[in-house]
Amino acid sequence: MSIKTATPRPPTRVQHTLKPISRRRLIVDQIARWLILAACVLALIPLAWVLFTVVTRGIDLVLSVEWWTQSQRNIGPRDYGGGAAAAIQGSLIQVGIAALISIPIGVLGGIYLVEYKEKKLVKPLSFMVDILTGIPSIVSGLFIYALLITTLGANRMGFAVSLALTLLMIPVVVRGTEEMLRIVPNELREASYALGVPRYLTILKVVIPTSISGIITAIMLGIARIMGETAPLLILVGYTSSFNANPFSGEQAALPLMINVERGNPLPPGQDRAWAAALTLILIVMALNLGARLISRYSGTKK
Amino acid sequence: MAKNIEAIDVNVYYSSFLAVEDINMEIEPNAVTAFIGPSGCGKTTFLRTMNRMIETIPGGRVEGQLMMNGENTLAAGVDPVAVRRDVGMVFQRPNPFPTMSIFDNVVAGLKLNGERNKSTLAEVAERALRSANLWEEVKDRLDRPGAGLSGGQQQRLCIARAIAVSPDVILMDEPCSALDPISTLAIEDLITELKTEYTVVIVTHNMQQASRVSDTTAFFNIAGVGQPGQLIEMGPTQKIFSNPDEPATEDYISGRFG
Repeated sequence: MSIKTATPRPPTRVQHTLKPISRRRLIVDQIARWLILAACVLALIPLAWVLFTVVTRGIDLVLSVEWWTQSQRNIGPRDYGGGAAAAIQGSLIQVGIAALISIPIGVLGGIYLVEYKEKKLVKPLSFMVDILTGIPSIVSGLFIYALLITTLGANRMGFAVSLALTLLMIPVVVRGTEEMLRIVPNELREASYALGVPRYLTILKVVIPTSISGIITAIMLGIARIMGETAPLLILVGYTSSFNANPFSGEQAALPLMINVERGNPLPPGQDRAWAAALTLILIVMALNLGARLISRYSGTKK
Repeated sequence: MAKNIEAIDVNVYYSSFLAVEDINMEIEPNAVTAFIGPSGCGKTTFLRTMNRMIETIPGGRVEGQLMMNGENTLAAGVDPVAVRRDVGMVFQRPNPFPTMSIFDNVVAGLKLNGERNKSTLAEVAERALRSANLWEEVKDRLDRPGAGLSGGQQQRLCIARAIAVSPDVILMDEPCSALDPISTLAIEDLITELKTEYTVVIVTHNMQQASRVSDTTAFFNIAGVGQPGQLIEMGPTQKIFSNPDEPATEDYISGRFG
């Protein structure tokens, strides 16, 4: 009986030696790294610059109580004093109404496009949303002007602005909701169906809770988008320095309009107010974002 | 109560493509029936017609009759949602609901359908988790997220979730293919226990698993790519694995193809 010995491996295989990384790769690696870093810094410079300028020029007024409580009523272009409260109120009312209309339409539209994708309407609808996404804000403003004011004979008012903003916000919310629902794994829907849960309950209690934080983010993106829109405001509502809480009648102030009006004032008080109004706009959008993050942190997927 | 199932001339289509052709079979209550066969042969497709999940796929459509204790679940006018309440399903990959705790996952089927009574839910959850051999491992952390369990535990959680709605039939689509051998063993033991109360149908690619857990085995095959899947042979597991009637079955089981 012979004992099997290990036969040596036939020397047909190419011998690989362990070499250091080639010089060429090291150099390319370094160049690529620095390019990426440079691109990143370049992209951040304007952002930091804008923030720095707006904050340094606007912070004084924004820190005063008067700014948040008073309007510009009876304040002349040469005078300091008064505040942006009328514009803040107007902006919140206009954007608030637009959000109230857009959120249900946008979220429900997104749900339809994803959860009912076997329906024939989905393709044309999706195409329309694409088109709507590309509409310039001035066109949306002119459309509402033509519809509401020229055709139906209404007066220029805050509500008309809300409608124009709605046109701009809906596609953002639809697309955002759509993306978020699409990343919900199909297995979860199947698990729910397999338990004898009907489709509408599956959507309401499984799909939406799983993606709620993403949907809230989509809504916030939509609000951030319309908060600073100026073109529809210029067309659809007159500026006033006084308070007007009624979106259905009369002139109504708004932050973008205030910035625009004060920008036209060459005197220092006006310049200061323009910067402060810009900072206020940024702060409001930021506050809304933080609020949304808090809400989405305490809802949705458990970790 | 376990029900017996009888398929009569079942054809399954995806749009115009015939995926499964002419299935006639009888599935015994209180027994484990295994579906084996190469990939794409229609095992899973047929499994999914048994709880009418196939219709949730756009284009999915079934012809024929599927009798459950004499009632045709494919008849016009039968609510697929009602069928799914009687026919539970466990999937290939564990899929607990990520937004829910362990407890809520188990009672999801009841809770989502409107059951609010806390003591009923607690009772059902404990019973289901005990039947799924998971109770001892999770009883102290029922409020923790279901997605935090290990893969094997998640799969048993999914089985508990399926049991909790008291179905008559439990379908399992390769329930162990994403699990390690120890978790697989736990699930296989569980499958053997489940047949005392339910009709169990399992799709598996693992021959040993089919021979270990099932009483009856059905072999599916396709003639070629683009051809519909067919039921080739069905019989007692022992016979299928030792002395099948069809040469194709023997080839597949002995690993000559597939």
